[in-house]
Amino acid sequence: MAKPKLAIYWAASCGGCDIAILDVEEKILEVADFFDLVFWPCAMDFKYADVEAMDDKSITLTLFNGAIRSDENYHIAQLLRRKSVVLCAFGSCASEGCIPSLANLTNLNSILKYVYLESPSLSNAEKTIPQPKTKVPEGEITIPRLWNTVRTLPQVVDVDYIIPGCPPQSDQIAAVIATVIDILKNGKPLPPKGTVLGATDKSVCDECTRQRDIKKITEFIRPYEIIPDPDICLLEQGIVCLGPATRSGCGAKCVSAGMPCRGCYGKPENVRDQGAKMISALASVIDSTDPEEIARIISTVPDPVGTFYRFSLADSMLRRAQL
Amino acid sequence: MKSIVIDPITRLEGHGKIHLFVKDDGELANCYFQVPELRGFEKFAQGRPVEEMARITTRICGVCPDAHHMASAKATDAVFGAKIPSAAYKLRTLLYNGFYASDHTAHFYALAGPDFICGPDAPPGERNILGVIAKVGLDAGKKVIAQRARGQRVIEIIGGKKVHPVTALPGGMSKRISKEEQQELIKIGEDMVEFAKFSIQIVNDVVLANKQYVDMILSDTYAHKTYNIGLVDENNKVNFYDGKVRITDPEGKEHCKYEPKDYLEYLAEHVEPYSYLKYPFLKKIGWKGFVDGVDSGVFKASPLSRLNVSDGMATPLAQAEYERFYETLTGDGSGNTPVHATLATHWARVVELVYSCEAVLEQAKDDEIISDHIFDPPKGIVGEGVGVVEAPRGNLTHHYKTDENGIVTEANLIVGTTNNNAAITMSIKRAAEGLIKKGTEITQGTLNRIEMAFRAYDPCFGCATHSLAGEMPLEVIVHDAENGEVIQAARQNC
Repeated sequence: MAKPKLAIYWAASCGGCDIAILDVEEKILEVADFFDLVFWPCAMDFKYADVEAMDDKSITLTLFNGAIRSDENYHIAQLLRRKSVVLCAFGSCASEGCIPSLANLTNLNSILKYVYLESPSLSNAEKTIPQPKTKVPEGEITIPRLWNTVRTLPQVVDVDYIIPGCPPQSDQIAAVIATVIDILKNGKPLPPKGTVLGATDKSVCDECTRQRDIKKITEFIRPYEIIPDPDICLLEQGIVCLGPATRSGCGAKCVSAGMPCRGCYGKPENVRDQGAKMISALASVIDSTDPEEIARIISTVPDPVGTFYRFSLADSMLRRAQL
Repeated sequence: MKSIVIDPITRLEGHGKIHLFVKDDGELANCYFQVPELRGFEKFAQGRPVEEMARITTRICGVCPDAHHMASAKATDAVFGAKIPSAAYKLRTLLYNGFYASDHTAHFYALAGPDFICGPDAPPGERNILGVIAKVGLDAGKKVIAQRARGQRVIEIIGGKKVHPVTALPGGMSKRISKEEQQELIKIGEDMVEFAKFSIQIVNDVVLANKQYVDMILSDTYAHKTYNIGLVDENNKVNFYDGKVRITDPEGKEHCKYEPKDYLEYLAEHVEPYSYLKYPFLKKIGWKGFVDGVDSGVFKASPLSRLNVSDGMATPLAQAEYERFYETLTGDGSGNTPVHATLATHWARVVELVYSCEAVLEQAKDDEIISDHIFDPPKGIVGEGVGVVEAPRGNLTHHYKTDENGIVTEANLIVGTTNNNAAITMSIKRAAEGLIKKGTEITQGTLNRIEMAFRAYDPCFGCATHSLAGEMPLEVIVHDAENGEVIQAARQNC
C-alpha cells in the first residue's frame, strides 16, 4: 500500500514551528518512515511546480505554519488546500496571526517608510523603496506584493484542524503525530472538523502550579519592577499574565520560569476573542467597584492592545487598527 | 540576452530568489539576489513596553530566537542602565553556548554535511540528512539528533522553553537553576565535548582526507576578499555573547574595534529597489556596489569572519582546532592571515562548535549558576540602549529608544544574515560566473554548486530555517529575454 503523503509548509513565519517539529527528536525518523514526505521546503527538495503537478486531494495531510501577508503566501495556501485531504493550521501564525500580526496596528506604508526612509542606520539618499517590479538594465525582476493586513490561514482558505502554540510544544506535536498514525493505520474516524489538536480545552491557569488566593490589586506592575514570589499567582502580584485567557497545553512553561504568560496558545475553548476574555479576567482581580478607580487601575497596564492581543490580533474581533 | 530565474530557493525563510541574466554567447551578464519578504518588526515595536522586546523579537527567527532574546535583553539592560548580577550573566552565556552547540550541529550535519559527506555531485535524492545517515551510519545520525537535543535542553533549563526562550529580562534572569539541573547541565556538557571530538574526526576523515574537497574549498569560485566583523573578548578571542565589535580588512589588519553603542559610526545600510532586504556596509569605507577588496565597504559576518577577526579561541580544544584551521588553509597557524574561501566557513563552524561545547561544560561546573541572586530590578531609565551579540549567522545589533516610561519610540535591528546580503549576492554571482559559461549545459551539479555558494552563509533571512535535511530546492529556468521562450529548464528534486 502506498504511504500516506505528508506536506509541511511555512508561509510568513519564523521557522520556529519547523524547529519544534525537529524537537520531537528520534521520532522524526518514524515520521519519515511512515509518511511519504512530499513537500517540506526546509528539509526536502520539492518545488511549487511539483505540488502543482500533483492530483487534487493527493496529499493526505498538510501542516501549514505561518501567516498570510503576501500574494505568494496566499497562492500557496490555495494550492495546498486544493491538493490536501486534511489541512491543518499549525502554530500561532497560521491559526491566529501571532506576533507578526502586530503589524496590523500599523500599515504597510508606515512599515516601508520606517524601514527604508527613517531607520537610523540608513544610507539611502535616493530614497529607494523596494517595489514589486524593478526595471534593471538587463530586463525586469520581481518580488511579491506585500499585503497591508496580515491574515490567518482560516481567513483565506477552509481549514480542517488547528494546532495552537508559538511554537506548538514538541511533546504535543509527538502526541498528535502518534494519533494521526493510529488513525491512518487502524482506519479510525477523524476528529470533528474544527477540532483544536495538541492542546486541552482548559486554560493555562489550570496547568499553573502557582497558588491563587483571590487577592485583589490596586495597580498593575511590569515584570521587571519586582522580584515576584515564585509560588503565588503572577496576576495576583499585579503582573499582567494572560493565563486566564489562554488555552492550556503548553505545560505553563513561561509561568514556571518566572515570566507571565503572553497567550501564545491562543484563546480557550468557547471564547471568541482572547483580549476581551483577558479584560474580563482583569476585572476579577481589580480591587474596586468605582468606575473611575477601575479606569485608573486599568490605565496602569502599558500597551493593552499589544499585550492582550500579542498573539491573536489578526484573528481577533479587532483584526487591525484603522489608520 | 537570456534570463535565468532561480525561484524558489529554500532553506532560507521567506523564499529567496536569484535572477541571472545571461548573454547570448552563454556568459553571465548580471546577477540579482532577492529577498521577497518584510515583516516590519522595527515598526510595530513602536508603542510596546521595552521589556517585552526580548519576548517579541524572538519571533523574528525561530531558528535563532536565542540570539534575538540575548541581544534584546542586553539592549534593554542598557535602556534601564541596569547591571545584571554575575550569576545572571553566567546563565545567559551558558544558555547561549548551549544554543550554539545545537545550531552549529544542525547546520554542519544536516545542511552543509550532505555536500561534503555525500559529495556535491551525489544524486539530489541522496544529498540530504538521510543520505548523510546512510553514509555515516544510523548510530552517527542518532548522535547528531542527540547532540541537537542536548543543546535544546540547555535552552529549556535556563530559558524556560526550547524554542523562544523567555527568562532574560532587564536586570537579569527570571528562573533559578536547581542543583539537580546543574548536574544535568554538567552531564550534557561532558557529552557535548565528546561529540565535539567526534566532529573533529568527521572533518578529518571526510573532508580533509579528500583532496577534491580541499581543492574545492580553496578554489577561487568560492573566494571573496572582504572585510570581516565579529565580537571579541578583552583578549581578542571569539566571544558570542559579549565584548567589542572588531572589524578587520581583507589583509587581516584591524579596521576598527568599537563598543556596541557606537555601531552607527561604523555601519550603514544601502537599499536596492528589487529586494526587501537592506545591504549593510562599512560607513567609513562607503558603499561601492557589489565588489570586494579594501576599498569596498562590503563585509562578511559568519563563523569564518569571527575566526578571521579574532586572535584565537578561549578553550583548549577549540584553540588547537583554530591553529590547525589556519595552518592548513594559509600555512600560518597564528590566524593573522585571514581565510577568504567561503566554503571554509563550514570548518570554521566546527571550530566554533568545539568551543561552544567546551564552554558549556566549563560554565555548567561553575557553582555560581545555582545562585539565588540572578535579578536586580532596575531603577531609573536611560531611554536608549544597544545590545550586540553574535548570532550563529553573524553579528546582531538591537537598538531601542524609549520614552520616560520605557515605551519603545524607535527600534533598529541589523540582523545576522542581513550583514551578509552583499557578500551572498557576490558569492552567488562569482559561482554563477565560474559555472555558467559559453556552451555549458546546466546540470544538477551546476545548480548545487551555485547553492553551495550561499549555503556556507547558513542563510537566515528574516529568520531562516536551516534545520533538517540538506536540500535547497532550486529551479533554474533559462529563457529567451526577447520572446520569453523556455530554452532549458533544470530542477533539483529530492
